[in-house]
Amino acid sequence: MSTTQEPRKAAAPRRRLTLTQKRDNRSAWSMVGPLVAIVTLVILVPIAWTFVLSFQDARYSDVAQNGLFNPITLSNYTDVLTDSGFWNSLWITVIYTVATTFGSIALGYFAALSMRDKFRGRGVMRALFVLPYVAPVVATAYVWKTMLNPQYGIVNAVGTGFLGWDQGIDFLGLEPYALMTVIVYEIWRYFPFAFIFFAAALMGLSREVEEAALVDGATPWQKFIYVITPQMLPVIALLTLLRLVMTFNKFDDIYLLTGGAAGTEIAAVRVYDELTGSSDIGAASANAVLLAIILAVGLSVYMRFTRKADGS
Amino acid sequence: MTALAFQNRLFKVLKWALLATLAIGTVFPFYYMVVMSFVPIQDLLRDPLTFAPDLQQLTLDTYRRVVASEAEGGFGFSRFMRNSAIVAAGATALTMVLSVPASYALTRMKFSGGRQISAAFIAVYMFPQIIIAVPVFVGFQVLGLGTSLFGLTIAYIALTVPVCVHMLRSYLQGIPESIDEAAMIDGATRWQIMTKITVPLAMPTVLSTALYSFMIAWNEFLFALLFLSAKPDLWTVSLGLTRLADGQEVSRTILMAGSVLITVPIIFLYGVAERWLTEGLTAGAEKG
Repeated sequence: MSTTQEPRKAAAPRRRLTLTQKRDNRSAWSMVGPLVAIVTLVILVPIAWTFVLSFQDARYSDVAQNGLFNPITLSNYTDVLTDSGFWNSLWITVIYTVATTFGSIALGYFAALSMRDKFRGRGVMRALFVLPYVAPVVATAYVWKTMLNPQYGIVNAVGTGFLGWDQGIDFLGLEPYALMTVIVYEIWRYFPFAFIFFAAALMGLSREVEEAALVDGATPWQKFIYVITPQMLPVIALLTLLRLVMTFNKFDDIYLLTGGAAGTEIAAVRVYDELTGSSDIGAASANAVLLAIILAVGLSVYMRFTRKADGS
Repeated sequence: MTALAFQNRLFKVLKWALLATLAIGTVFPFYYMVVMSFVPIQDLLRDPLTFAPDLQQLTLDTYRRVVASEAEGGFGFSRFMRNSAIVAAGATALTMVLSVPASYALTRMKFSGGRQISAAFIAVYMFPQIIIAVPVFVGFQVLGLGTSLFGLTIAYIALTVPVCVHMLRSYLQGIPESIDEAAMIDGATRWQIMTKITVPLAMPTVLSTALYSFMIAWNEFLFALLFLSAKPDLWTVSLGLTRLADGQEVSRTILMAGSVLITVPIIFLYGVAERWLTEGLTAGAEKG
């Protein structure tokens, strides 16, 4: 994605640099240079390496012996693309991503709206709401697993004790429940992220328009639909973009909760399994590259779509 | 008018219902985590509807065992926590040293290549972590580049730098440039302006950014899993806890006590700097 930009530089018209600009140029590079170097080292080189590996039929021993220079082949891509497991994991990833993005943004929005007016304890409550987002994923995943345990989990105890369930439900091990559960977990963990953004944006909102609407007899529902939400659209668009990207790439939440079992094998978990389980480096790389491409295509479609909606 | 009154009342009810649900939903798992670190599994199986530990049996024994080293019959959590602290602090320090000057240059100075770098940063921000993980795994496991805490620290920079540059840039854009220009007329160099003027002005944001990258590194799981699985001496908190969970003989109380221990430092840090953090994260969001 990033490499396509370089050729354009030469085409730009050359302007004569003033003395300050020249000096600026030098000190600017002394400021940016180290960061660019390390990002190249830890991000760009590995990405390029993955790209190369995806065209090689490489196992660990091949890489250990030959490094980068293994025979070039397209077989990884044909293998991945003809594997129904890949398409299945992609489909699950899309469901998971869309559902959690929508759910966490909606919940964060309603939470921020509910906290708009001052009340006693608002500051404390706001801090509490952010807990799921800042706490270590490993810790929260294990406490969820404990709560959802079919034998001694509190959720099943409440369900069988008060809600009339026949028996405990294996929330993380049974097919339709597992995906629903990881989606709920993900919404729980990331609604605070949306909440923080909406709270900040709502604070910056001028109340005058709303007061005018109130004088005109607008109901709270009308105020919400016609006055507040339109002003929140830029924030909603930004959050949608961020959450879609982050969730699409997510690995640890599902790996920790289900390990990809019971219909929750998202794409990133699949790559991990290929990498460590079957130690098929080539297939894992091709899978990862395809993911990045699909994400890039999805993003550009999304950007075009929102830009068009902006313009009209 | 009746519709208005009805809706006013309805919205009020819905609002408090939502707030109450969310407050319980966010706090209860953490409360339950603490409770479960005290309730033995036999008691729990007898009565799964346990909401509080038996105060007469309350003992810190579990925690003592979790923290103690393996040689003393414990689970070595103090070592995991020390490893995580080293890696997180190291990654944070490096991230700040690299990204503060870079963010300054990218917001304040026009220089050849600057626009391309800004664009490249957005692209990098969007890349799947797993795509970096493949060569990282191959490089470290197969080519034997050395499984070390230092290697992990460097890899964490890949995760923290894009976010931190984004946060710092959004904030620095809001500080008027006229201050820099005035200082330049007085003969200050860019480096002097940055260290003496801009950084002190942006201190809350710099601190919140540092805190955020510390949290990312402390909580991180995938890279630690790929890097350090074979080296129990170097396990971080996240990895140590999952390895404990995979072992058969480890009880729930131990797991939950470990979870509490790795969560407490984060909650403490967050409590200290909550306001800065939320402000830093959303800087520039109001403008869209």
